[in-house]
Amino acid sequence: MKHILKILTLLLAFSVIWIILLETSVIPRTYTWLLPVYLIVSLGCYGLLMVGVGLMLFPTCPQDAVLLQKDIIEAKEFLKDKGVDVGSDRERTLL
Amino acid sequence: MATEAAHGPLRCLLDGSLSAFDSDVRRRPYHRNCGCALHRAGACSNVLPCSSSHISYPIHRSWSPLSISASDPAASSPCVAIRLAGDPGIVGLMSKQMKEQLEREEKNKYSIIIPTYNERLNIALVIYLIFKHLRDVDFEVIVVDDGSPDGTQDIVRQLQHVYGEDRILLRARPKKLGLGTAYYHGLKHASGNFVIIMDADLSHHPKYIPSFIRKQLETGASIVTGTRYVSGGGVHGWNLMRKLTSRGANVLAHTLLWPGVSDLTGSFRLYRKSVLEDVITSCVSKGYVFQMEMIVRASRKGYHIEEVPISFVDRVYGSSKLGGSEIMEYLKGLIYLLFTT
Repeated sequence: MKHILKILTLLLAFSVIWIILLETSVIPRTYTWLLPVYLIVSLGCYGLLMVGVGLMLFPTCPQDAVLLQKDIIEAKEFLKDKGVDVGSDRERTLL
Repeated sequence: MATEAAHGPLRCLLDGSLSAFDSDVRRRPYHRNCGCALHRAGACSNVLPCSSSHISYPIHRSWSPLSISASDPAASSPCVAIRLAGDPGIVGLMSKQMKEQLEREEKNKYSIIIPTYNERLNIALVIYLIFKHLRDVDFEVIVVDDGSPDGTQDIVRQLQHVYGEDRILLRARPKKLGLGTAYYHGLKHASGNFVIIMDADLSHHPKYIPSFIRKQLETGASIVTGTRYVSGGGVHGWNLMRKLTSRGANVLAHTLLWPGVSDLTGSFRLYRKSVLEDVITSCVSKGYVFQMEMIVRASRKGYHIEEVPISFVDRVYGSSKLGGSEIMEYLKGLIYLLFTT
């Protein structure tokens, strides 16, 4: 099944529940009318929350950058010994 | 039969823990009158416990137990070892590891495909680091160079002299033809049964390749993908804006696509070769979206995907690779995937 169909089925299920609630008037109609709005707002809140939490807990690895510099120096020494041409202008712009 | 007699005590020894547990339960009063599997054989407690009341449980194994006949006298001692591999318990676990070790040493070959464009210095460093970190693994490096004007190919040829032309393959293409086709091109020349793809710009450190391989051996996964967004992994060299776009893109993709993988746009991955061949032919996107399409399609096809944490060190400071046009491309790709997968 295409993924869009799954999402559409989910939306359809929600709207069916919504229409049933509207028709049967279990809760006052004025509230029922606002349910889709609440749904969209809560979805937006979820998104913002996830982005916010993700941003706060964003894993960083400064120690790996240091280790990488060590590895680069080690690699260059080795390759120079083996006669590989590792000196170039590009390296200065990168390091 | 002599071998059968030898088999009995051996079995007893192997299933020692199970049998001990078995007789222990039998002693318990509340277990006396039940009709459970342990007690249907309860009457014969005077007989050797392990020979009579051995209960066989269906044990889930990823390999089939070897069934070489125990009556072959010439092969008596290896035969014992083979029987161990088929039996449950700690010995079984140990031999599973041994088997994996054996499998890893004998059978698996890893082809590391690295697409390059103007990576003269970086490719040399990456290849040095690969050879440093993969000492006891059978592998080959396939460099797919898109006609770099800076002499990347010369460096690769020099590296071939150092490490051997059978370990480093240079499969150049005349001009820049895109990332997706670069992997496809490299794949055609790959001789391993596993393919690792990674970037040449040192944002992917080869020290993580052993953990990819280990994860694959442990789980038998078809794809192992490196993820930056879990503890143990991480990103270095991104400013706040870059992090924000990345998180936003990730949350959006997860909400819409439910891919079951935490890092969709990462491009440090290990594929079973047949799986990569299968997935890559159905992918049409370019750039970031290509990586996402690969993993989403693989996930939809039901392939077993595992993740390992990796760190991502962005050394090209300042120049954010995600501009406005990239974000548009990404959103278009997302909608495309929503409708086609």
